[in-house]
Amino acid sequence: MYLLNRIQRHRVNYTWMIVSLLLVASLPFLLFLGLYLKSFLLIHDYHLGDLLFSKVWKPGSGKFGFYPFIVGSIWVTLLAMLISAPICLLTAIYVTQYTRKRFLRIMHPAIDILAGIPSVVYGVWGILVIVPFISCFVGPLFGVQTLGYSILAAALVLSVMIIPFILNILIEVFRTIPVELKEASLSLGATQWQTVKIVLIKKALPGIIAAFGFGLARAFGETMAVLMVVGNVVKLPKSVFDPGYTLPALIANNYGEMLSIPRYESALMFAALILLAVSLFFNLVMHFFIDRYNKFSA
Amino acid sequence: MKLSGKIEEKVFKVLMVIATYSILAILALIIYTIFAKGIKALSWEILTQVPKGGYYYGKGGGILNAILGSLSLAFGATFLAFIVGLPVALYINVFLIRWKKLIIFIRFILDLVWGIPSIVYGAFGFSMMILLGLQTSLLAGMLTVTLFILPIMIRSMDEILRTVPIGLSEAAYSLGSNKSELAFKIFTRQTVSGIITAILLSFGRAIGDAASVLFTAGYTDNLPNSLMEPVATLPLSIFFQLSSPVPAVQDRAYASALVLTLIILIVSLFSRGLGKRYHKTKINF
Repeated sequence: MYLLNRIQRHRVNYTWMIVSLLLVASLPFLLFLGLYLKSFLLIHDYHLGDLLFSKVWKPGSGKFGFYPFIVGSIWVTLLAMLISAPICLLTAIYVTQYTRKRFLRIMHPAIDILAGIPSVVYGVWGILVIVPFISCFVGPLFGVQTLGYSILAAALVLSVMIIPFILNILIEVFRTIPVELKEASLSLGATQWQTVKIVLIKKALPGIIAAFGFGLARAFGETMAVLMVVGNVVKLPKSVFDPGYTLPALIANNYGEMLSIPRYESALMFAALILLAVSLFFNLVMHFFIDRYNKFSA
Repeated sequence: MKLSGKIEEKVFKVLMVIATYSILAILALIIYTIFAKGIKALSWEILTQVPKGGYYYGKGGGILNAILGSLSLAFGATFLAFIVGLPVALYINVFLIRWKKLIIFIRFILDLVWGIPSIVYGAFGFSMMILLGLQTSLLAGMLTVTLFILPIMIRSMDEILRTVPIGLSEAAYSLGSNKSELAFKIFTRQTVSGIITAILLSFGRAIGDAASVLFTAGYTDNLPNSLMEPVATLPLSIFFQLSSPVPAVQDRAYASALVLTLIILIVSLFSRGLGKRYHKTKINF
């Protein structure tokens, strides 16, 4: 019935498992090494400080200053977090503390669908709804003339995209808080809101910070949706209504011409390396927070 | 209790309700926008034809190349990720079950890899592609997307496999089974529904991601017919059509976005439905 006997099959399966595991476990190191080697040409020839903080981006004449892109990325990311963090926190508290379990059964599919919508579709939605909304409504409201393709548009689209990530973690965090803690607070005469404010949020703080951190890392690397609405102008943004440029958009926009200009490919790989480093760093730090949180609640 | 406290509670409760319902409203708005814009341009022609000459200036044709390209790329990548992912998830939960520290470390690595943005995978895949002397092709795109969905696949399977009770393993061992038999014959059967959910989740990610295939899969107006040739994908087709100045082409981009959204919604519906159906094979403790 079988080609091999039991022991042989066990050996084959075992080898298969080990090889796969090694492949997966080495992935972050492979990624880092590959991108580092590719961007070595650039790092070798320029000062790291110059690359990160120079404002001039002229690949044709060999000037690679990533500062406008880094600043653009930071603006978009922070603004998106500023919008979505309070919404997520309020929603997570409401869903876990103030409503029945049944309500979560409506919320969960909604969160899943939000998480599942591809970023290109978010980009299309941004172009159709957010961009006109900013150019026709928000801009005039603040007395600014804007096309709508701006840092603010990117941040708004991005804030919707990271809601499911943050919200999922936050709901999990609030659900794992032991119910005795809440009961103790309520039995001492605290109101529901006082319990939430003084007991629950304090208890969940490391988890909340971790959730925001994961969201931040996610937002920093988001490519297509941001690329479609941010305007893609290499300039330091002065206000949120200015167009900007982000690191992922830089990579995605220029892949076509990167082989024709010397060191251009290297520069784009360096941008990818920055993204990788930021993502790994944030995830590392946030795991530390989650660990602390788990230790406390256990 | 002071009055100010009561007001504070009222205010925050109103804010909470607003926040919660605004999320639901935004979801509804997104779905409505995509459907309302897309349904107008959606036609039989778009779904069943490849782009003809002058398609990108508003002439006839459709996006069949992108639909089939995306499907084949996502199927291939999901299949490859499954072949590599399932054994890893099983290995963690059957062979390493006593090494708690090691398990925590592996899960940590997987979470790290999960968090890496897809454009980084795209850039990495591109440099690997050049290193191996490959052209932009279905194969290169497939391999890149495989790397990208691998952590998603493994972690979702892992979450299900770790719920298998230890008693089941003990029963299998006492009947003389060895570890790999326990893994591939017992654990997989006990968790079929979860594994299917993991596969569908990864498939959804694979078909929707544009940044990782931008460099590696290329773009073509032909139907996919070989692993070594470039292939069109739906997200990129949306992106390219949308950057055209011709309104008719932009409308087709909206229709393509609707097609992609529908595929994603169907996949997510399936994963909910199938999850319930395969409970039959599960032993309840």
